[in-house]
Amino acid sequence: MKSTSDELKGYKGLARKKLIEWGVRVWSDVRVINDAGSVFEGVILPRFGYFDDLHLVIKMKNGYNTGIHVNRVKSIKEIGYKKAIYKIPEKEFPHSDTLRNVTLLGTGGTIASRLDYRTGAVIPAFTPGELYGAVPELADICNLKTKKLFGVFSENMAKQEYITLAKTIGEEIAAGADGIVIGHGTDTMGHTAAILSFMVQQSPIPIVIVGSQRSSDRPSSDAALNLIHAVRAAALGDIAEVQICMFGPTSDYYGLLHRGTRCRKMHSSYRSTFRTVGDIPLCMVNKNNFEYLTQDYLPRDTERHVMIYPVFNDRVTILYYYPGMNPDLVDALVEKGYKGIVIAGTGLGHVNKPLYPAIKQAIKQGVHVVMTVQTLWGYVQMYVYDTGRDLLDIGVIPLDNMLPETALMKLCWVLGHTDNHDEVLRLMRHSVNHEITEREPHNGYLILQGGLPEIEKFISSHWK
Amino acid sequence: MEQNINYTEIGLIAGLEVHQQLLTQRKLFCHCPSGLYTKDHDGVVLRHMRPTLSELGEYDGTALMEFKSKKNIIYLLHKNNVCTYEMDDTPPFLMNQKALDVAIEQCLMLGCDIIDEVHVARKQYLDGSIPTGFQRTAIVGVNGRLPFLGRELSITQVSIEEDSCREVSDKGHLIVWRTDRLGIPLIETVTGPDLRTPDEVVEAILLIGRVCRTTGHVRLGLGASRQDINVSVRGGRRVEIKGVPQAWWARRLVHKEAIRQVNLLRLRDELHKRGFRTADDLVIKHTDVTSLFKASQLAFLRTENWDRYIAEENRRPGMELGEGPFCVRAVKLTGLINTLNWPTQPDYSFAHELTGRVRVIAGLDQQPILIHSEKWPNYKGSQRELLRVKEKIGCSSNDSVVIIWGPLNDTLTAAEEIRIRHVDAVNGVPNETRQPFVDGNTDFERILPGPDRMYPDTDSPPISITRQRVKQLRAKLPPPPWEREELYGAVGVPRNTIHFLIRRGDAAIVDKVVGMCGADIRQACFFFGEWLKGMRRDGAAVDTISIERWCDFFKLIAKRPVLWEARKQLVSLIANAPEKTIKQIVKETGLKTKPSGWENLVKKIVENSQLDPNNNSYEKQFRFYMGQILKELRGRVPARSVIAVLQEKLHKRII
Ligand SMILES: [Zn+2]
Repeated sequence: MKSTSDELKGYKGLARKKLIEWGVRVWSDVRVINDAGSVFEGVILPRFGYFDDLHLVIKMKNGYNTGIHVNRVKSIKEIGYKKAIYKIPEKEFPHSDTLRNVTLLGTGGTIASRLDYRTGAVIPAFTPGELYGAVPELADICNLKTKKLFGVFSENMAKQEYITLAKTIGEEIAAGADGIVIGHGTDTMGHTAAILSFMVQQSPIPIVIVGSQRSSDRPSSDAALNLIHAVRAAALGDIAEVQICMFGPTSDYYGLLHRGTRCRKMHSSYRSTFRTVGDIPLCMVNKNNFEYLTQDYLPRDTERHVMIYPVFNDRVTILYYYPGMNPDLVDALVEKGYKGIVIAGTGLGHVNKPLYPAIKQAIKQGVHVVMTVQTLWGYVQMYVYDTGRDLLDIGVIPLDNMLPETALMKLCWVLGHTDNHDEVLRLMRHSVNHEITEREPHNGYLILQGGLPEIEKFISSHWK
Repeated sequence: MEQNINYTEIGLIAGLEVHQQLLTQRKLFCHCPSGLYTKDHDGVVLRHMRPTLSELGEYDGTALMEFKSKKNIIYLLHKNNVCTYEMDDTPPFLMNQKALDVAIEQCLMLGCDIIDEVHVARKQYLDGSIPTGFQRTAIVGVNGRLPFLGRELSITQVSIEEDSCREVSDKGHLIVWRTDRLGIPLIETVTGPDLRTPDEVVEAILLIGRVCRTTGHVRLGLGASRQDINVSVRGGRRVEIKGVPQAWWARRLVHKEAIRQVNLLRLRDELHKRGFRTADDLVIKHTDVTSLFKASQLAFLRTENWDRYIAEENRRPGMELGEGPFCVRAVKLTGLINTLNWPTQPDYSFAHELTGRVRVIAGLDQQPILIHSEKWPNYKGSQRELLRVKEKIGCSSNDSVVIIWGPLNDTLTAAEEIRIRHVDAVNGVPNETRQPFVDGNTDFERILPGPDRMYPDTDSPPISITRQRVKQLRAKLPPPPWEREELYGAVGVPRNTIHFLIRRGDAAIVDKVVGMCGADIRQACFFFGEWLKGMRRDGAAVDTISIERWCDFFKLIAKRPVLWEARKQLVSLIANAPEKTIKQIVKETGLKTKPSGWENLVKKIVENSQLDPNNNSYEKQFRFYMGQILKELRGRVPARSVIAVLQEKLHKRII
């Protein structure tokens, strides 16, 4: 038998040579006997590229996978061939005239999916029919339409994707959607929420970004509940802003709607990873109810005309300052043609003195330098110390309590409009949607410190 | 019903899945301490499980059943024994390699072939017993065998896996789990379907227990080992009796399960005779009959009593309580008269099979869970009430009726489950997991899951096990139990003592002190297998004495055998002073030196002691003096030397 590369998917080196010699391939149903007389019956699985070249992986009849060293194989016999074709069952998504219309835009993050149980590959469910099969509760909330825009991991979202997303939102609003949900990987969800807050302004309807921290192939996934919350917020919620909808606590309890410009992923794996920073979230949402936490939001108003500004300059970077940072780093950025630098400074927005000349030179060369704080909470206050005042004199733009990632996205957006320094200064300091706030409420900064008696008392009496 | 059955005739087949926790410092996939149990908690998480689709877009049977039961799941956390991994908020860390070593060692003891590359799988459990919704598990060994009753017991596979949560309570739609046990490494040993009688099952459990404990690297104590017993009879199906805590339970459990399956097969034949051969032949309809019981003597069927019940039981909406208003529902079983009373187990009839499903799947757990026309309760006006129900739902004399009650939605689920259980009855014995009781009876726990619930764990890389690693572990293996039985048996140690030594892991200490410290094998066996029991009973902390200290102790005994006579005093001192060396302890007692002129001491004691004049037989006198003298001289002067001097002295006196 001729073995094409696809038929030996992932096998290389010795293992590949042996498979060819034995005349078996991926998806062959085989009976293997090893040098200890142990019998393994099952299907040969594809092998991940980064695994070694010494083992053959078999999915056994009892569902377990096991790797057999090719040098220990005494005999192998192909009994059959079982190529699997995976498909999520499609059921027609029901339509109801009494329900609102929601459009779900797919970016590649898997909100609903199932695992290919042999290979471990995640197969996304995306069409309304597939989603209905996976999360039937959605049909009670809205009429759902889906559009798959691209299939990228969230870390690969960039300029072109942002622009396409903003334009599509405009189209869907024009087509009469009552709400928009964007399925997104969680890693850069905050970035997308920020840039869309600038590209899409004065939306008449909710624009809700959602994802999951535990993939939906797991029974304990947060995906279905997040999707239900997001679709509810889009169809029935009153907040017509770009917002992130993710778990409030780690319990299956309620979701939080976070303002797109003030939200950040704060834990690499926790379900309740998204937090509004420097302010409070907009709303709590569960399966039956919305509990608005503030009145200060743009309400749903279908009469309002949306403005789409799909511009983006990606020659912008973020410089996370650390003690002893060498000025040639700034020089290099200028040399490479960067047009904007967001500094995440220490304390109230500081960098050390040896950096000043380099920054001064950069600004002179037409690079726009803005200042945020790496503490995430609190304001840039460059008037307090001499060092700060010096930076202001050089022309560094202070961005108050704008989050560093939000500042990055905003500077990309602003530099898509103009290169004029005064104009950049004006636009950066003019708050589009709370990316700079004048007041930080005292409950806008809460990082409870575990271990303290009163905190322990609190967390032991609340669902985490 | 016959209690004596011929197991060969009915084709009884049984196999085991033995779970044994491994003795490691840390858990399997995170760095939390292993084996640290807590009674309270300092954090609570609420979760739900949703089944995931299998290859053909089908849900696994168990998964679907568990989803239907709509459980709210609460996890109790304690920060001393769980981290964010256990609550499924952090992906797994790399597998604990020490645990894997112990697992490989266990596989080798069980005569298994070690897997070359270990792949971690996810085994779905939607009952909430694991917060991820699946158990991480991996096969480490296959194709093992043990000598068993003159033949061989085959070991199909051994897997390493993480232990699950402990159930705290299960009330209506709320199940509460404690997470301390979650993640402790264990091995699951699966035997072939080689067992043919209940006694063989008991023997096999004990044998595997001995083999596992031989290395001393497994956990002991309550819950550290549990077994599932798979039972079927000819024509029946595999039923798993889950979590049998002690081997001897198996005798009754297997017997009664065999009877149950034989009876269910008879019921199937009866149903076929009546023309019920497929699901479509069954006509099972249900009706809301709440109004008929408004003034019933059966309090639990009256609406106002339901309100009181949920208040008393503190059943909260959205937590314990199901959805919908109170409802009494009658399920009409057309043409199925005399099936509810069909005997299944010695104390139960077929109605009990329905009760289990209704309780577990529909979450209706108010006793007696259901009532039915074939054993209608006796109360004032009871027959009249039954007649009214029968009239309302149109029962003929060939029909039966089952009554269930509770929140409306749950009664609908329950009615459907009653139908499904009858469909199963038409097919004979359903694949089930059943919960064991000490009297040998069992109750429904869940539908038996199939291979569809196994998924590869994309969070864990495969682990290659080199032959070198296997070789090194094999070189350190202790002798298997049957070799020890022969060895110890040859010097006259009784079988029970030998098994005790192996089970507790003390056999490893015996081998060491015999092999390396010059101890006598028979003496060591009785010391650890019998004598220490007494000290343990008296509360001495003998189990805290390390193997190294036992070695030192026996080395010293070998040098000065007289110390053996003071072992009680010494062992107690050793247990109480872990910071001191054995030498130090002996030195401090002064036991090492033989006092000069000790013969005079004997003389003095004999001369000065006041004897009870009524108790002056030679034996009594001798025992009395010996006791007095040994208080001073035990461990310093060999008892036989003391005896010689005392005898001489006493003889003189008597003459
Ligand atoms: Zn942990």
